[in-house]
Amino acid sequence: MANTVTTGSDAPHDLSTGTEVPHDAGHAKAFPPLDPAHFAPQLFWLALSFGALYIILSRVALPRVSEVIEERRDRIQRDFDAAERLKDETDKALNGYEKALADARSNASSIANKEREVLNAEVAKEQAKVEDQISAKLTEAEARIAETKTKALQGVNTIAADTAVAIVAKLVGDTVSADEAKSALPANSQD
Amino acid sequence: MPDPIHQFEIKRYFPLEVLGIDATFTNSALYMVAATVLILGFLIFSMRGRALVPTRMQSIAESVYEFVAGMVRDAMGEQGMKYFPFVFAIFIFIFVLNMLGMIPGFFTVTTHLAVTAALAALVFVTVLIIGFAKNGFGFFKLFVPDGVPPLILPVVVLIEVISFLSRPISHSVRLFANMLAGHITLKVFGGFVVMLLGSAGAAAALAPLPILAATALTALEFLVAFLQAYVFAMLTCMYLNDALHPAH
Repeated sequence: MANTVTTGSDAPHDLSTGTEVPHDAGHAKAFPPLDPAHFAPQLFWLALSFGALYIILSRVALPRVSEVIEERRDRIQRDFDAAERLKDETDKALNGYEKALADARSNASSIANKEREVLNAEVAKEQAKVEDQISAKLTEAEARIAETKTKALQGVNTIAADTAVAIVAKLVGDTVSADEAKSALPANSQD
Repeated sequence: MPDPIHQFEIKRYFPLEVLGIDATFTNSALYMVAATVLILGFLIFSMRGRALVPTRMQSIAESVYEFVAGMVRDAMGEQGMKYFPFVFAIFIFIFVLNMLGMIPGFFTVTTHLAVTAALAALVFVTVLIIGFAKNGFGFFKLFVPDGVPPLILPVVVLIEVISFLSRPISHSVRLFANMLAGHITLKVFGGFVVMLLGSAGAAAALAPLPILAATALTALEFLVAFLQAYVFAMLTCMYLNDALHPAH
């Protein structure tokens, strides 16, 4: 109340009322969060700051983040792919090695089989040759034996005839021709 | 007792008028500009190395990105990623404003209905534009659920229309009221401490009790600051999903 009395008379008092009156008016004002008096500046600066935020986020800031994340994902995928490819190559090499090993094994056994067959055939041929030779020699020997036997048998007959002639001459004093004596011998013994 | 409403007062720093509009630079404007600069500065600074193996800062930026991207993908699928920057901007803007408000003495922009209502209206209008641009009049299928008996269909459509139109209200008031109530409560509990300490004798011994309450509430308010930003962004995703797929 003292303020209203001194208003305009004294400068320092005037200043104090000047600060006090708006303060009292502030209490009478609307609840600030709902005060329409401040809507316009808030909306203006909201539009400005949020607009700038949205534009710079969508044009500059977020693409940078997504680029890095995608690049990392691609890189990991690439590494995975490379690992997969190397594994495939290793598997292929391993398969090749195993196949080569199996081939070599079967080759070796086929060579051994062939060699064995060749040897068996040679042995069989040699055997057959030897057997042929032996049998030829056997035949020859048999033929010789038969000839000798025949000769010997012929000799026996001649000796028997001669002996018979000599015996007849001694006993009977008569001479018998060799042919006669021979004819007297058993016919089958002449063979 | 300190006035719990004082913290919400708008302070006009530089009077400014743009095209006849009152564009005074206020404390609210300062915090919005600061939030924008902080967000862009952090994202661009932390991603400057574009490292394959991220630094700590870069992995924070990437985590926030992945968090919002996951939210968008879950709500809208891969085609919703077209609106990812919009959802990201809304989430990070509200989140940073809420968090700045948690610093003692700082102003909380989201405690003003004008800001939250404008953001909700932006989402609402965006949903309408995308909805009609993508589906034409098919967007009205949003109000006609499948498998409703024809007899009660008019009632259901009426309810759907009302619920659609009330979305921006609930969307904005949820954020605004949560932030406002939280900050008032903190201030009131803080005021109790001062009052009790100022009082004579035995009552001063009770001062630690409101301090404990205020400490617990501060933790809760940090959760609310994050949660309300998340809820606002999540609802934005769901509303945008309605614009993409109006038939339910």
